[in-house]
Amino acid sequence: MTQRLNPMRIGIYLLLILFSGLFLVPVYVLLSSSLKTFTEVQDLSRLWSPPSGLYLESFRSAWFGIPEKGLRGLGPNLLNSIYLTVPATIISSMLGSLNGYVLSKWKFRGANVIFPLMLFGMFIPYQSILIPLTQTLRAMGLGGTLWGLILVHVVYGIPITTLIFRNYYAEVPTDLIEAARIDGAGILSIYWRVMFPLSLPGFVVVIIWQFTNIWNEFLFAVTLLQKPELQPITVALRNLAGSQIKEWNMVMAGALIAAVPTLLIYVFMGRFFIRGLLAGSVKG
Amino acid sequence: MTHARRERWIAFLMVLPSIILIAIFVYGFIGWTARVALSKWDGIRPDYTWVGLENFRHLLVGQGTTARRFHIDLWNTFFFTLLFMVACVVAGLLLAILLDQKIKGEGIFRTIYLFPMAISFVVTGVVWQWVFAPGTETRLRGVNALLHNMGLDALRWGWYTDTSSIGPFHVALIPVIIAAAWQLTGYTTAMYLAGLRSIPDELRDAARVDGASEIAMYRRIILPMLQPITLSALIILGHISLKIFDLVFTMTGRGTGFVTDVPGIFMFETTFQGNHYSQGAAISIIMLLTIAVVVVPYLIYSFRREVEL
Amino acid sequence: MSRDVRWLIIASLVVVALGVGACGAPAPPPTEEAPVVPTAPPPTEEAPAVPTGSIEIFSWWTAGGEAEGLAAMYDVFAARYPEVEIINATVAGGAGSEAKAVLATRMQAGDPPDSFQVHAGHELIDTWVVADKMEPVTFIFEENNWLDVYPPGVIEVLSSGGDIWSVPVNIHRSNVLWYNKQVFEDNGLTAPTSLDEFFAAGDTLMAAGITPLALGDSGGAWVDLHVFESLLLAHLGPEADRGLWDGTTDWNGPEVTAALEDFARVMEYVNADHSALSWDQAAQLVVDGDAAMTIMGDWAEGYFKSVGLTPDVEFGYVPSPGTAGSFIMLSDSFGLPKGAPNRDGAIAWLTVCGSKEGQDAFNPIKGSIPARTDGDRSLYDVYLQSAMDDFASNEIVPSLPHGAAASEGWVTAAGDAMTLFVADLDVAAAQTAMAQACVDAGVCQ
Repeated sequence: MTQRLNPMRIGIYLLLILFSGLFLVPVYVLLSSSLKTFTEVQDLSRLWSPPSGLYLESFRSAWFGIPEKGLRGLGPNLLNSIYLTVPATIISSMLGSLNGYVLSKWKFRGANVIFPLMLFGMFIPYQSILIPLTQTLRAMGLGGTLWGLILVHVVYGIPITTLIFRNYYAEVPTDLIEAARIDGAGILSIYWRVMFPLSLPGFVVVIIWQFTNIWNEFLFAVTLLQKPELQPITVALRNLAGSQIKEWNMVMAGALIAAVPTLLIYVFMGRFFIRGLLAGSVKG
Repeated sequence: MTHARRERWIAFLMVLPSIILIAIFVYGFIGWTARVALSKWDGIRPDYTWVGLENFRHLLVGQGTTARRFHIDLWNTFFFTLLFMVACVVAGLLLAILLDQKIKGEGIFRTIYLFPMAISFVVTGVVWQWVFAPGTETRLRGVNALLHNMGLDALRWGWYTDTSSIGPFHVALIPVIIAAAWQLTGYTTAMYLAGLRSIPDELRDAARVDGASEIAMYRRIILPMLQPITLSALIILGHISLKIFDLVFTMTGRGTGFVTDVPGIFMFETTFQGNHYSQGAAISIIMLLTIAVVVVPYLIYSFRREVEL
Repeated sequence: MSRDVRWLIIASLVVVALGVGACGAPAPPPTEEAPVVPTAPPPTEEAPAVPTGSIEIFSWWTAGGEAEGLAAMYDVFAARYPEVEIINATVAGGAGSEAKAVLATRMQAGDPPDSFQVHAGHELIDTWVVADKMEPVTFIFEENNWLDVYPPGVIEVLSSGGDIWSVPVNIHRSNVLWYNKQVFEDNGLTAPTSLDEFFAAGDTLMAAGITPLALGDSGGAWVDLHVFESLLLAHLGPEADRGLWDGTTDWNGPEVTAALEDFARVMEYVNADHSALSWDQAAQLVVDGDAAMTIMGDWAEGYFKSVGLTPDVEFGYVPSPGTAGSFIMLSDSFGLPKGAPNRDGAIAWLTVCGSKEGQDAFNPIKGSIPARTDGDRSLYDVYLQSAMDDFASNEIVPSLPHGAAASEGWVTAAGDAMTLFVADLDVAAAQTAMAQACVDAGVCQ
């Protein structure tokens, strides 16, 4: 049934558009700043004025750097972000799925205690554990390595991925499991044959959430990865703004470049995000 | 071993890796932080000399600048968390309800509201710093310039440079709250939208047939059904705001008179700029305790519920 | 979902995860690291060993003139030691707060770089030397006859316990007042030499609707400390000012009170939105003529030039009011950590840092003056030349917010006191807090 345009509908659209405008304000600033020249972008009273021309040099320098001036570009680090984020996302999602499955369907002794204990890990302030973290990783032989940072993101991703999957699997009717048991399936094959096939919406939510957080994460990356060749794009971006005199047009251009993958994910997977939440991971 | 017992063993083994990792990387480190908080480690070289609760005393009831700053921090966090959660929940609910009305172009609107979550805090902090920079009478900047152009000069004010306060509430926090809410309202919108969509149409039709107005239907039926979502969102938002650092640090820093200072910033500065490791650890423990106070009751409550169900 | 499809999915996920992670982990570096030299006492009067392998240089010079200058110095090093690979380990830029965090975690984990950037003076001494993490570099100074080339004031800042602890690459000056010449001309003003003249000029400017002093402290309390230290110097004079940092001058004394009172008065002449501007955005106010003056270190000159201005043409410079004859210095330097993986390479690097060639490559680009007295004047612009003259003739005073005068703990405590003072202008509370900071730092009684 198509809706007719009564005043109420118009009001709804107006509100949505108003909010969209508000939401897009920072995007406008980001975009227009990235296209301005250095002197233009320094003049904050002209923050809202559009750029005088399409000055694309900032994007070029942000991406390639200026080797003669010792300025590293973002290009090499984009791959590093991918090398970091993809494995970390996949591994933490899988772990979350397994944990969620066990904790929602298999009540062994202490399961009720383990889940909140695991969840609490989400709440620690990350700056406070930097020192023991670096020392522990070093003791494990992972100091300053990519796998060390991947491990860190996997570990600190366990609480949220477990939470999402546990709530998601809690919605799966136990009859399905009972039916599989009657067929003689054990705990592992039930996961394999029953739960995993159903998990797609859960995975979507978790993957979107983890990918975004790990991609944008800065503190661990800057502390744990010393060598500039290993650092992800968030650190490289920060380095662009590193001088005493910050070239904001270039930094904004870099920020846009760095945000492209996560933006694409939200643009294309946004609806699946909602569907995934809808499929049960929503409820507390 | 019976089949059931074997299965429980396998279940346990499946979560064992996570348990071990969390035990080390969370609880082990919390233990370390607590130990440091009870020491007098000041400077690069570790010093685990026991001083009991001295660091806590210094932060909470001391006489000097440290305690003054920390008191301001605690109030700032309280108000920031409160208003930020309210803003995200109210705005998220509103937008979700609007989006749920079978809108043409829902995908576009939804993407616009969701995507701020895709951008890192460090970047948005700078943008919002510019947006809310007040400028001066002769050279207005940011929002003030816009307001002037729209003829709304009465609405101009100092934003985050304003050092005044209403009681213990520093008004400079308002632009920071706006920035944070902008970033995370998409999350609550998505949650509420999913929640609204999960309410069966039959329920709504039945209510309408019974003669209920739209508003009454929302108030009596829909909102109560969304309560679990609200609770869940509050926990996630709450812990983000209690720990918040990146956004505030890049947007306003501590602010003149510490008007926008939060424990996360204080902890970072005192540890890595001042080399006061014990003091930083003490701040972390207090942050953890405040989060625990909020989160633990929720966890207990939701477990009781589950046991009952 | 059929069993085969599921296996395929799991298998491909695993392969992707491992494969991507494996791609990301870099291959081992082609050159092997030089064997670690045991940390025996350094030999004196011996020619430095020829270094091989690679050196890792840690700094926060990631962009701008700093990065460019560093690259130029790397070129000098590479010309001398072409066999050695330079690993430019830079972190996050700015004032170095993240870099210091990273460095601290590394040093504590026993993983020092071969050399790292550090402010000369108490930042180095009270952070790293006291923790026994550094080797003295006195022998490098002696081997290269640098004790004749560096001014005694600088050597004093670099020293503690009879040894020298770092090699300064540059000198920056803190107590400079920059002004817009056109604005001064239009209002019939000349550059103020005393605080009274400053306030008088301020009144004239306020009446003309121009902000007298531009301030931008969104970057942190260091900016406020920066202005305050010029006021302290104006009231105390160089000798008593130096005494603030070793406990011989009383922080509760009347001069400090007067300096604070003047700071409160200065705040009336400052732009109201100072906490929304960074120091360079404040400098931009001077460029635009919205403000007349700003007190900032001589990296401000780098800013003015980057927007196309010329020293002595559009902008002028004088020592901060009341501080003529004194030079508040800060210096970026490099040290020698204990257990540096490539000690010979590190020593070679330090030799380049302290050499005329290295400093003359770095400083003109960076916008600072060499720490050596024999720099090639022709490479530096008119302001930097005047700075070199002042540096050679003035009284040298160490800077507070830039790591020369006091330990980092002291600086942060002073910064906290400043943050509160700028808001409430409570002189008594600020003075008490500053005095307490000295006590807490273990210097005052």
